[in-house]
Amino acid sequence: MSAILGKKERAILIDPLFNNNPIALQVLGICSALAVTTKLDKAIVMAISLTLVTGFSSLSISLIRNLIPTNVRIIIQLTIIASLVIIADQILKAFVPTISKQLSVFVGLIITNCIVMGRAEAFAMQNPPLESFLDGIGNGLGYSMILIILGVFRELLGSGKILGYTLFRTVNEGGWYYPNGMFLMAPGALFTIAILIWLLRTWKPEQQEKE
Amino acid sequence: MQREGSLYTVIFTTVLCGICSILVASAAVGLKERQQINQILDRQHKILLVSGLVSPSEKLSREGIQNKFKENIEMRLVSFETGEYATNIPVETFDPKRALKDPNLSMKAPPNSAGLIDIPKYGLVYFVKRQGQIDEVILPIQGRGLWSMLYGYLALDKDLNTVRGIIFYEHGETPGLGGEIENPKWCQLWVGRKVYNSAGEVQLAVIKGQAGSADSDPHHVDGLSGATMTSRGVTNLVQFWLSDSAYGKYIKNKKQQGSI
Amino acid sequence: MFEHYAGLFIKSAFIENMALAFFLGMCSFMAVSRKVETAIGLGTAVIFVLTLAVVISNLIFNFLLREGAMAWIHPSLANVDLGFLSFLAYIGSIAALVQLVEMFLDRFVPTLYSALGIFLPLIAVNCAILGAALFMEQRDYAFSDAFVFAIGSGIGWALAIIGMASIREKLRYSNVPPGLRGLGLAFILTGLMALGFLAFSGIQL
Repeated sequence: MSAILGKKERAILIDPLFNNNPIALQVLGICSALAVTTKLDKAIVMAISLTLVTGFSSLSISLIRNLIPTNVRIIIQLTIIASLVIIADQILKAFVPTISKQLSVFVGLIITNCIVMGRAEAFAMQNPPLESFLDGIGNGLGYSMILIILGVFRELLGSGKILGYTLFRTVNEGGWYYPNGMFLMAPGALFTIAILIWLLRTWKPEQQEKE
Repeated sequence: MQREGSLYTVIFTTVLCGICSILVASAAVGLKERQQINQILDRQHKILLVSGLVSPSEKLSREGIQNKFKENIEMRLVSFETGEYATNIPVETFDPKRALKDPNLSMKAPPNSAGLIDIPKYGLVYFVKRQGQIDEVILPIQGRGLWSMLYGYLALDKDLNTVRGIIFYEHGETPGLGGEIENPKWCQLWVGRKVYNSAGEVQLAVIKGQAGSADSDPHHVDGLSGATMTSRGVTNLVQFWLSDSAYGKYIKNKKQQGSI
Repeated sequence: MFEHYAGLFIKSAFIENMALAFFLGMCSFMAVSRKVETAIGLGTAVIFVLTLAVVISNLIFNFLLREGAMAWIHPSLANVDLGFLSFLAYIGSIAALVQLVEMFLDRFVPTLYSALGIFLPLIAVNCAILGAALFMEQRDYAFSDAFVFAIGSGIGWALAIIGMASIREKLRYSNVPPGLRGLGLAFILTGLMALGFLAFSGIQL
């Protein structure tokens, strides 16, 4: 990869993973991060869809950035994003129908996911297409990372499984593990993400807030 | 042309909307057929699962599911009002969800605890054939759990009293608690239980705590721990669909006639 | 009938609270919950816009988008299914609505405008609004149901953010580990509030 991408491009791609994570630092796109992580497969599908939508929306907005009339730019951005999300939703319905059903309204909510809008407005409007695309993908990956970590913890602790394969045999199935139902419900997600942020900010103290 | 002029804005927006709508519409139209096939396949797969013709771990191709369904399953339509087979409506195209929207095909449900307001006037039954003989009868069931509507299938033996299997294929219950209605271990507990008592009343219920074996405690099924409301929802919906408001009349008729 | 609507209202405001059970509108929930006053402002704006947006989306869906919905224009359109356009139609109408409300308030109710002003643009991308519209479609609410559901969810969301802001105001004087300061603690607090709201979940209406 390093052959194709220069140092700057690589930085754009990797920076959002740890140093400038959209969820942990910029507080963007948490809504779906919490709702779709009860199972890892849901989280992965959501992460892939969001990463691709962010990448392509940044790319297409950046391509026409010099043509967009400023007074209607928000609506224009929303239209492009919404169209991409509809396409993603149709593809999910056609190829992974079960997961698409479980994700229910949250695929549609990618439209209002602040990461997509935020990157379009803050980066793609000022930068050339390739960099914007990488920035979109990078931020999508930062989001995906948190989603997948959350998904692993919640599915494992909540139902003793990873991707549907039993790791801890639960009591219901004759094993030893008493599943912690809290992880599958709203509060569990919030606590897990709080602990993640705590760890990340202890590791990188410059991200701490001074309140 | 000026970038901030209103004419430019209008033209730009129109062109953009045009491009977006072409993209979106072609994706939607192009994938529609596949989506519809998916839905039908999914339903057929679930019916094969509950009938025991296919085991949960078995991986089947799309054609495999279609062929197995065609070979072993026969569909009929039952009128809930008369309890007889309905012959005036084509079975293949009958869609219960769509029937609810049609005032000729739906009616107000009698007061019930299954959270149903309207029900169709007709219901599908699936016959599972083994060696050319009808061996099981599968009924679609649905009703409210704690958070959501539960959709499933109940398989009865040809005696129309003994449960042969149950499956829930769509629900929004808490995973790990109410969501355990998907657990094959729990569904297995239903097998061999009896629906009606000797007086012909629906007795089948999910109880709190543990039920006895199918022989000693034929009408009860273990409750799901930590999911009292979902368990109660399952009881309500099973009892509703087996009552005289739905399939009950049909089952009584067929029992009297002695054959399906 | 009254019971049905009361039940739906309580369910959408408490049991299925937009913010605490479905995590919708979390971005602004976290960002604008530092002060009670601003939280009240945003909360009111959300109730207002959410109700209007869901009601309008309901009309759009039932009279234009759903399969067979356009039969009222001409019988030959009865087979048209534009359901896949719903995302675009909803987000478009929400954005337009926010713009209209902003202009209307600016012109006729300047006091309310200056109070809500800065929050209105934020609301266009608040996922609670679009989420409510999508839930409305998924659960197939009739017009009156959609209206009650929208008011309930709006009030539920406003209650959650106001409650959150009140707690966070008090927290300013506490000694929090540096890594948890701000966002981290906000998540834990929301988690505790969600835990409290779970107590409503046993209520069957």
